Amino acid sequence: MTTAVPITLTVNGEAVEARVNPHTHLADFLRDTLGLTGTHIGCEHGVCGACTLRLDGVIVRSCLVLAVQTDKARVETIEGLSDSGEIADLQTAFRDRNALQCGYCTPGMLIAADDLLRRNSAPSRDEIREHLSGNYCRCTGYQAIVDAVEVTARSRSGAKA
Amino acid sequence: MKAAAFDYVRATGVEEAVKLLAMHGGGAKLLAGGQSLLPALNLRLMAPEVLIDIGGIASLRGVHIDGGTMKIGALTRHADLLVSPEIAAHAPLLAKAMPHIAHPAIRNRGTIGGSLAHADPASELPACVLALGATLVLHSSRGERRIAARDFFTGLYQTALEADELLARIEFPALQSGERVYFREFARRMGDYAIVGLAAQAKLEGDRIGTLRLAYFGIGERATLCPAAAGILAQPITPNVVADAQAALSRDLQPHNDHQASSATRLHLARVLLARCVDDLLGRPALPERRSA
Repeated sequence: MTTAVPITLTVNGEAVEARVNPHTHLADFLRDTLGLTGTHIGCEHGVCGACTLRLDGVIVRSCLVLAVQTDKARVETIEGLSDSGEIADLQTAFRDRNALQCGYCTPGMLIAADDLLRRNSAPSRDEIREHLSGNYCRCTGYQAIVDAVEVTARSRSGAKA
Repeated sequence: MKAAAFDYVRATGVEEAVKLLAMHGGGAKLLAGGQSLLPALNLRLMAPEVLIDIGGIASLRGVHIDGGTMKIGALTRHADLLVSPEIAAHAPLLAKAMPHIAHPAIRNRGTIGGSLAHADPASELPACVLALGATLVLHSSRGERRIAARDFFTGLYQTALEADELLARIEFPALQSGERVYFREFARRMGDYAIVGLAAQAKLEGDRIGTLRLAYFGIGERATLCPAAAGILAQPITPNVVADAQAALSRDLQPHNDHQASSATRLHLARVLLARCVDDLLGRPALPERRSA
């Protein structure tokens, strides 16, 4: 029997205290303990990207981070990013361009795409594909996803100009 | 799948980490960025009794130049190396390799030391440290041990690390004038493991290649230096010299078969990379092919 470890972190701006089993990964902790089921679990070994979220400001695979490793960390999930309106334009573009069908990959895809747009205000289609190469979509064939990201990049840089 | 249960302990410094390693012995695994360890745990390829988390040890993270020597802490993340001006200026081989290592979300967590200690034959960094002629600095409660990269990788996911040792630092000479590097890999998709890749560093002597380290990855059970091919290239380069060096790769490499490529395809791709590498190092357009390797 292993020993549970106390952790303190913030999730979408709210302070969370919990005791976690060391072998519980962050995606399971968010889904099963906190009820934040927007973070999806696909392959559970870092290949599919469905569980992508923001940890201390950078994107990570939450199936490849143990919950115990997030002590004192800042976690942002699709729920937080949706509620704050931070990625509302990207979400609208995904809907308008049919960049999702079943929606399973969409939370991870949105967070990975937003990460690119925050670093590069005018990515080429190749750069978009490269940045999203770690996020699998089995429905759309990616074309519409690249369209949606491209359109959002244009509207964001247009809005700033 | 879910990982089997294990205990967890956070080390606050190197001394504490090596003490814990000595105490737990073979039942313990070090946790750095976790980007190779966690997949192995989740797939239950591994079931350690205890994880020793060294991820928070600040002294093991960062890039420094000491005289002409580059020193990279084992916990330096791929994403750190990707944007490091010191790496871009003095270790361009690593700068070229970084974008090929997995995907952005993995590069934000994965560490250079973790990748080297994991010793995946298809990963980029073992070949890079071979090409750089790097020295790996290992710590244990018995003291410090320095080992050449060429002696470190001993087999499939096997290294010279003892059960009580921690990889602390990677050291290699900063790029000198007249030195050139080459990095290229064939993969189905950006960020995938390479089918075959080549990391190389050369010292040019006029229009000739002087010392040359060719390190292949994704071919055989570990990253591999190719002294036979490199030796042949230490003469004025003609199409026949390149063909001879390409032929010599069959002595240097032991290509394997898998679902991605046959051993014959791998050897062919390794030869293609060699010719491109020579052209790139000499900074000239591709030579016509004289005879097949």
